[in-house]
Amino acid sequence: MTSKKYILGVFEDEDVLLNAIESIRAAGTKIYDVFTPYPIHGIDDVLGIQRSRLPIVAFFCGLCGTSFALWMQIYMLGFDWPMIIGGKPHVALPSFIPVTFELTVLCAAFGMVITFFIISGLRPTLKVPVMDVRSTDDKYVMAIELKEGTDINKLNDLLRSNGAIEVNEKEVVK
Amino acid sequence: MQHVSPIREPLVTGGKTYADITEDVCRQVEAKPNVRWMMALGVSLVFLGIFIYSVYRTLWFGIGEWGLNKTVGWAWDITNFVWWVGIGHAGTLISAILLLFRQKWRTSINRAAEAMTIFAVICAAMFPVLHMGRPWLAYWVLPLPNTFGSLWVNFNSPLLWDVFAISTYFSVSLVFWYIGLIPDFATIRDRATGPIARRAYALLSMNWTGSAKHWSRYETVSLILAGLATPLVLSVHTIVSMDFATSVIPGWHTTIFPPYFVAGAIFSGFAMVLTLMIITRKTFKLEDYITLEHVESMNKVITLTGSIVGVAYITEFFIAWYSGVEYEQYAFINRATGPYWWAYWSMMTCNVITPQLFWFRSIRRSLTATFIISIFVNIGMWFERFVIIVTSLHRDFLPSSWVMFSPTSIDVGVYVGTMGLFFTLFLLFAKFFPVVNMAEVKSILKSSSGVSHTHHPEASMHGTAPKNHKHD
Repeated sequence: MTSKKYILGVFEDEDVLLNAIESIRAAGTKIYDVFTPYPIHGIDDVLGIQRSRLPIVAFFCGLCGTSFALWMQIYMLGFDWPMIIGGKPHVALPSFIPVTFELTVLCAAFGMVITFFIISGLRPTLKVPVMDVRSTDDKYVMAIELKEGTDINKLNDLLRSNGAIEVNEKEVVK
Repeated sequence: MQHVSPIREPLVTGGKTYADITEDVCRQVEAKPNVRWMMALGVSLVFLGIFIYSVYRTLWFGIGEWGLNKTVGWAWDITNFVWWVGIGHAGTLISAILLLFRQKWRTSINRAAEAMTIFAVICAAMFPVLHMGRPWLAYWVLPLPNTFGSLWVNFNSPLLWDVFAISTYFSVSLVFWYIGLIPDFATIRDRATGPIARRAYALLSMNWTGSAKHWSRYETVSLILAGLATPLVLSVHTIVSMDFATSVIPGWHTTIFPPYFVAGAIFSGFAMVLTLMIITRKTFKLEDYITLEHVESMNKVITLTGSIVGVAYITEFFIAWYSGVEYEQYAFINRATGPYWWAYWSMMTCNVITPQLFWFRSIRRSLTATFIISIFVNIGMWFERFVIIVTSLHRDFLPSSWVMFSPTSIDVGVYVGTMGLFFTLFLLFAKFFPVVNMAEVKSILKSSSGVSHTHHPEASMHGTAPKNHKHD
């Protein structure tokens, strides 16, 4: 059981929040995370969040779907049990397109979503994981990790001077 | 920073704040069910009962309970299947295609429209499965290794393409819908007071915290899913239309079917969205989120797709004559003037004439007129499928086998029953799930609420002066 302490700055306006993130990072303080009720445009740039590589995951999962679908149809109808259907060749590629397309989409979508769940730690739990319940309603919460020897008052002043309406302390037991 | 357009109408009216959005949407999830909801659920359950009884008769006595005969082997069942699948298409159009086109008005209606998609596809799937006669053998449509001599399914058949298309469509729509629900479940979880509600919504919200990093990935995932769902939704009705178009029946064997079916699907789907949303906004007091502007936008889509459908009807008729094939010509003459003339002209009136009324702004913005026209469109689209299926089949190449089709009470029961299934699911959704996507409406509030003052003026007074940031 390890516990970590965080200082939470509560903001009421998204523009104030964006400016605060910029100046707090410029002051050399590391921001642990920012919790917002909806996606804020421009927050990735100021927080330095890298562009997600999930589209690449989707592409390769889709490619797996395409290959699997083509292999399945060619093997089953072309080699395992060849039959003449409507005078078509055994491997009638044009009529394999629909199933290939559907399996491509299915694998791309599920592969990407499952990866998203795993890397973001999204799984069904019974606990309430948020640091401040208002961050899923109408407040923006910035969390800064409190390490040994950090001056709480200094962080408090830094957050307040950047527009935080409230500063709280929160201990999270992991 | 505000972007208030002097031209565009606000999408959220009533000067709402972020907290108001949470409050307005969560209210009916948290409150005790009201009398109107209970009554509606009661009626839906009666229809669900009819469905269960009709399915029992179909399974116990076989599909001889339906009015099908040797000439007309497809009738109400496939009509209903295509009708329900088509209705589902509007949900994906709103959530995926309008997302790619950056249409902000989709935000307050996409949740309910996607729910409608999922429930409509469930209803649609009932028909082909029941038509199999032995639904417990439904897994035979899958390419499974089997004991019948490893004979595989026929990948050249559009009916098999349908199996893959409908199941992919259902699962991808479900995932897309659920991803959108996660942040809103988290909001409900964080407000919940009862232990059962908190646990249930905690499980549903999948540990969601609203972390900036998660939001960044969430937006990427939504965009890619929209990009995948867009060709998917077009492929689904294309493949449904190929069930007909790849056969050699006069009246079915036409290349116009895929685009014509897709336009018709969107047309009927938007009509169903309007029917549902006009009731929902009234019942749950969401008039500030689903405004006349939303209704008008949807009516414009109905006018466009309705006109495409109208042009398709006329083109089909022209090509039948122009082809010089007498069977093709007869099929169309028979549609318009044969024993099913009333079905054909109901279709023409409901689908071609009624949506043209939306050229008048006052009708586009009238809720009563929109509601009535949306019902007409749904009736018309049902007749369209009936006309295509039954009139093409009932007089085939051999005049000695010409027959008429008449539905039995079980046919009617299964169809009316799926409406019970649909509305039961929709009412349960409307009570326990947030009907409006709170997170997305919040994200457009600043630019589309029509309120030009800063949300909290005092916040910027002791903060630093706002600089310019990139906003959507």
